[in-house]
Amino acid sequence: MKKIYLDNAATTPVHPEVLAAMAPYFSDQFGNASSIHSFGQVARSAVDAARREIAQFLNCKSTEIIFTSGGSESDNLAINGVVESLKSKVESKPHVITSAFEHHAVLDTIIELEADGVIEATYIKPSSDGLIGAESVKKAIKKNTLLVSIMYVNNEIGTVQPIRAIGQMIEKENKTRDSRIFFHTDAVQATEYFEMNVDYLHVDLLSISAHKIYGPKGVGLLYVRSGTPIKHQIVGGGQEHKKRAGTENVPGIIGFAKAIELIDRSKNERLKKLRDRLIDGLLKIPNSRLNGSQEERSPANVNISFLNAEGESILLNLDMEGIAASTGSACTSGSLEPSHVLSAMGLPPEECHGSVRFTLGRQTAAEEIDKVILVMKNIVEKLRKMSPLK
Amino acid sequence: MENIYSEKIMDHFRNPRNLGEIADADGVGVVGNPRCGDVMKMYIKVESRKSKVGKAEEFIRDIRFQTLGCGAAIASSSIATEMAKDKTLDEALKISGKDISREMGKFPPAKFHCSILAEEGIKKAIADYRKNEVRRKK
Repeated sequence: MKKIYLDNAATTPVHPEVLAAMAPYFSDQFGNASSIHSFGQVARSAVDAARREIAQFLNCKSTEIIFTSGGSESDNLAINGVVESLKSKVESKPHVITSAFEHHAVLDTIIELEADGVIEATYIKPSSDGLIGAESVKKAIKKNTLLVSIMYVNNEIGTVQPIRAIGQMIEKENKTRDSRIFFHTDAVQATEYFEMNVDYLHVDLLSISAHKIYGPKGVGLLYVRSGTPIKHQIVGGGQEHKKRAGTENVPGIIGFAKAIELIDRSKNERLKKLRDRLIDGLLKIPNSRLNGSQEERSPANVNISFLNAEGESILLNLDMEGIAASTGSACTSGSLEPSHVLSAMGLPPEECHGSVRFTLGRQTAAEEIDKVILVMKNIVEKLRKMSPLK
Repeated sequence: MENIYSEKIMDHFRNPRNLGEIADADGVGVVGNPRCGDVMKMYIKVESRKSKVGKAEEFIRDIRFQTLGCGAAIASSSIATEMAKDKTLDEALKISGKDISREMGKFPPAKFHCSILAEEGIKKAIADYRKNEVRRKK
C-alpha cells in the first residue's frame, strides 16, 4: 500500500539536495568552527556562508541571526531572553502580551514566568475564525508592556496572523512611549509560504525551524534585531555572538541554509488548490466544520471537526489505510484536555474531540487528496455508527 | 500509531466484538460525557439458569455496546463485553477497571480511565436491570 503523508506541519522529509549539502560536514569536513586550524576554518567559512544566505532571506544582518536547536529553543530564548534582560531595568513588573492559541513553546514559557511572579501576562483570545487583530493587541498594551509574542501561522488550524499590521502598530506605539515594546513572532509554520522579510514585517524577534521546511531536525534560528536586549539561556563558549553557547551544528546549519534556498513560493497556488479540494470534499460529510478562516489560511492546512467521531479513532483508522494525519484531540496528546487552540476559539469540547488536521506538502498529489476524501467518508460513517450519540 | 497500543487493543479496535444495540435490552447503562470525549453505552440481556450446585442464578446472556471515543475507549468496551458475557450478575459486578486494563495490555497511562468507564458501564447496565426488575415485580 502506498502511504500518504499529510502531517507536514509536524515535520517534513529532508530534501535530497539538503542532505547532499550536509553530507560532507559529518565525517569529511568535521571540524569545530571555533578551532583555529584548517579543519575549523573550513567549518567556520561554511557556517558563515550559510548565515549570510539566511540573512539575505530574512533581509537582516548576519549578526542578527542566532542558530539554535530548533523552534522551541528559539521561542524560549526570545521570551526568557528579553524578559530576563529587561526585568531589572523596569520599575514595575514587566507585562507580556501573547495569544491564547500560541504554540506551547511560547505559551508555556509565558505561563511559567507568570506563575513564578516574574511577569504579568495577557493572553488574547483569537476570534472564532482563529485570527488575532492588531486592534486587540493594541487594547492589551499597558504602561509596563515590554514584549508581544504572536505567532505568524497557527500550527493547528493554519490561520495567518496580520504580523505586519501588528508590527506597524507596535512601532507607532513605541514612538510615544517611555519604554519600548519588543515584538516576537513564531514563524515556524509560515517560513515555507509567507513573507519573511523582517523589516517588512516590523518584527524584532522571529523564530524558524529547519525541519518544517524540508531541512534537518535539531536546528533552527532566532532573528534578533540589533539593539534588542537578550540574555543568553545557554552558557558556555562564546558562540553565536555570545548569545547561545555550544559548538555549532555545522551540517545542520548548512542543511538549513540549503532548505531555505529551495523554498519556492510560486508553488503556493498549487497547494492552495489541493487544500481547497480537500476542504470541499471533507465538508460534504454531514456535521463537519472547518476550523479557522479559509481565506486567511496557510495553503497547507486543513483542520476539520466531525461531530460524534473522535479524533484519535479517526487517526487510527486513517493509519490502517496508510494515511498519516494529526489531531489536537485530547486523547492523542496523553492529557485529557481538548486542544487549547480550538478551545481558545470558543469551540465546544465535544467538537474539539473530533478534530483532524491534514497538512499538505511539496509531495502531496491530487490523487492522494481524492483518496483521503473517500476514506474519510467511510471512517466517519463507521465511527458514527459505533457511537451511542446520533 | 500501532505501537502505543497492544496488538490486542488494535484487534478489538479493528474488529469490535459485541458492537451494536439490543432493542429489547433488560438493562442499559450510559457512562461518560461527550465533553470529555468518551461516551459508552452498554446493553444487557439477562436470563436465569441453574448453577452447578443447582441454585437459580441470573447471568448476562447477551451484552452489546456503542462507544464514541478514542481507540482505547472502543477496545476497552469490546474487551469488557467479552469478559462480562455469560457471567452471573454478581461475577460481572466484580469486574474492575484494573481487570479490564490487564486484559487490554499495553496502552498509555492517561487512558486508564477508559477501562474504568467500561467497568462503570457494565455496573450501570446491571443496576438499570435491577431497577427494572423491582418495577416489574410491583
